[in-house]
Amino acid sequence: MTQPAQTDLITVTIDGREIAVPKGTNMIEAARLLGIDIPHYCYHPKLSVAGNCRMCLVEMGMLAFDPATKQPVMDPASGKQKVNWMPKPVIACFTNAAPGLHIRTNTPLVRECREGVMEFLLINHPLDCPICDQAGECKLQEQATAYGRGYSRFIEQKNVKPKRTLLGPRVMLDDERCVLCSRCIRFSKEVAKDDVLGFVDRGSYSTLTCYPGRRLENNYSLNTVDICPVGALTSVDFRFKMRVWFLKQTPSIDTESSVGVNTTVWSREGVIYRITPRRNDAVNDTWMPDSGRELYKQVRAENRLTAALAAGQSATLDAALAAAAELLKSAASAVAVVGSGRSSVDEQFLTRKLAAALKAPAWIVGRAGEGDGILLSTDRNPNTRGALVTGLIKALPGPQLGELAAAIDAGKVTTVLAVNEDLAAAGLTAAQLAKVRVIYLGTHANATSAAAQVVLPALTVFEKSGAFINQQFRLQKFVTAVPGPAGVSDDLATLARLLVAVGGPKLGETATTLWPALAAEIPALASVSFAGIPDEGLPLDSKPWAGLRFGEGASLHFQPAAAT
Amino acid sequence: MAVITLHRKPLTFAERTYLPQVAAGLWTTFKHLLRPKETLEYPEQRPAIPPGYRGVPALVKDPHGREKCVSCQLCEFVCPPKAIRITPGAVPADQPERTHVEKAPQEFEIDMLRCIYCGLCQEVCPEEAIFLQNQYSMTGYSRAEMVNNKEKLYALGGTRPDAHYKWDKKKAAESAGGAHH
Repeated sequence: MTQPAQTDLITVTIDGREIAVPKGTNMIEAARLLGIDIPHYCYHPKLSVAGNCRMCLVEMGMLAFDPATKQPVMDPASGKQKVNWMPKPVIACFTNAAPGLHIRTNTPLVRECREGVMEFLLINHPLDCPICDQAGECKLQEQATAYGRGYSRFIEQKNVKPKRTLLGPRVMLDDERCVLCSRCIRFSKEVAKDDVLGFVDRGSYSTLTCYPGRRLENNYSLNTVDICPVGALTSVDFRFKMRVWFLKQTPSIDTESSVGVNTTVWSREGVIYRITPRRNDAVNDTWMPDSGRELYKQVRAENRLTAALAAGQSATLDAALAAAAELLKSAASAVAVVGSGRSSVDEQFLTRKLAAALKAPAWIVGRAGEGDGILLSTDRNPNTRGALVTGLIKALPGPQLGELAAAIDAGKVTTVLAVNEDLAAAGLTAAQLAKVRVIYLGTHANATSAAAQVVLPALTVFEKSGAFINQQFRLQKFVTAVPGPAGVSDDLATLARLLVAVGGPKLGETATTLWPALAAEIPALASVSFAGIPDEGLPLDSKPWAGLRFGEGASLHFQPAAAT
Repeated sequence: MAVITLHRKPLTFAERTYLPQVAAGLWTTFKHLLRPKETLEYPEQRPAIPPGYRGVPALVKDPHGREKCVSCQLCEFVCPPKAIRITPGAVPADQPERTHVEKAPQEFEIDMLRCIYCGLCQEVCPEEAIFLQNQYSMTGYSRAEMVNNKEKLYALGGTRPDAHYKWDKKKAAESAGGAHH
């Protein structure tokens, strides 16, 4: 990725401190660079500017020039060029950097403006904080602490509006809490391209609503909940589940597709309560699809595998690994390995090593879905690129394991090691599954685990650390959010021990200890350590794979190679 | 450092007999025989509890017998020994007169083996739903018995005769339509 050349830098002065910012930067962002917080509600860095909340009012001035001579007017007291301050405040979100622009954010006038705006916003705001899901991450609470009066001068009756309106299957609206910032409206229109929200009526009657006959049910609807600065929009799934201040945030990756949306997993005491997007300006901005937010439910699914099985009997992991190694070794060269585009880079590396030690061919299962052009791509494997980079596969995978099925029918393959893939779902018939001995490493029970001679339980993406390579060849890591079920060992440890058991080399059993081996063997990862992968991801060189025809179309920050 | 040797004063003859000390001790005993009693025959007799006493924390109901707690979990947050554990939830569907409150605890547990009777839960409660009672004696034969669940907490707390009715006012405004609508 090349950074755009920053040629047009403009120097602005904020509270007497100068900073050079690119042309077009607004004053909220410029102040943020200086560590100065300008409170705001309606402004969002990834949406258009509406300028309706008036919370970001600041004092603005320009350097003075003599109108007749165009010469700078000097201030004799300081010896510097004079600044002409405007008599009225301006909104910082709609004020872009201009040469000689000065703003002041800490004057009595600015403070008075903020207090005035807060007082008006709180006039009709219900005292709902004890039952409001936004409490703890509410901008209104935060700004009230800084700029609220502490008591109300409003003696009239508060406005009454509908409190529990379902805007769609996943979003609940409380109109009384709404501050009419229009972030959700702008999001639906500009990002989700599903223009269903709008305000109706005027003044204090103003109400957020869907267009008649429409519902807010697109796959990005929950982003409106994230960007709502108050508790007006809440998630039906997360409603009344847990207070946000109890939740621990862990950076993770959405495994839905090869876009690799950055996420934050919110958990408390080993239980995940919600998943929200994590800002990454090169991948997903601040958005994520709704479908990815429900993936945490797989962690506590009923059909979760929690114990190793050998020949249908529950066994210790050691016994199951020994049984698996015995099966694999006794099959001589009639073994096939099915890896997964859902496994992390490290697991795919170990899978490749296993295939090499067993002299077995390796496949991964391709997953195609419909791309939505935003944050879901057609490749529904999060890590197809990882399988290419680690050398597990050479060509792009097909949706069906046709070659494997043919090899089984021909009797060339008698034993299959399936890593995190359901062979039945990938196109093998029950008859074909019955013909071979299957060793299955996976998270959930399915047709393959039922047919398998040895079942090794595995962890979900929320319970382990690793890295994926997304459609931009960006290496992004995820870390353990919650501990796995009791008795389930880390996938890397299981694979590394199986590798040793079948006579392969001894490699690291954790991401940290395994990565030196990856860096040594894989040219693309030569200078990478697991700890060294930055939060925003690490772009890798995609040239060695430029000849492959990837299926993804254009999405939010991605253009397919052919189109560029 | 210099070592200073201290020599104990030799006892006098009277002291060596111990009799004056025995007599002095008996005198104290006899004195108390005649004074009013300082002790209580616990548990038959119980001490008077002063106002503001911090005993067992419990949930209270409003004068209409309705649950006051809305499971905001502030007490759980503030509790220094982490004795409180709340499972929040929506108001059950069988209480239509309370649906406007929206939120209520599904389960509320206070581990009395952890509780330090500090009273911060009472202080922090925005709904005035948790109060420290006059009761100070909690006993049980197992750890599980020492965890007060929601049912036990309401039995301990009973109702409290205060008349704020914050949510009733809210409902009245809703049905009256407020200033608009």
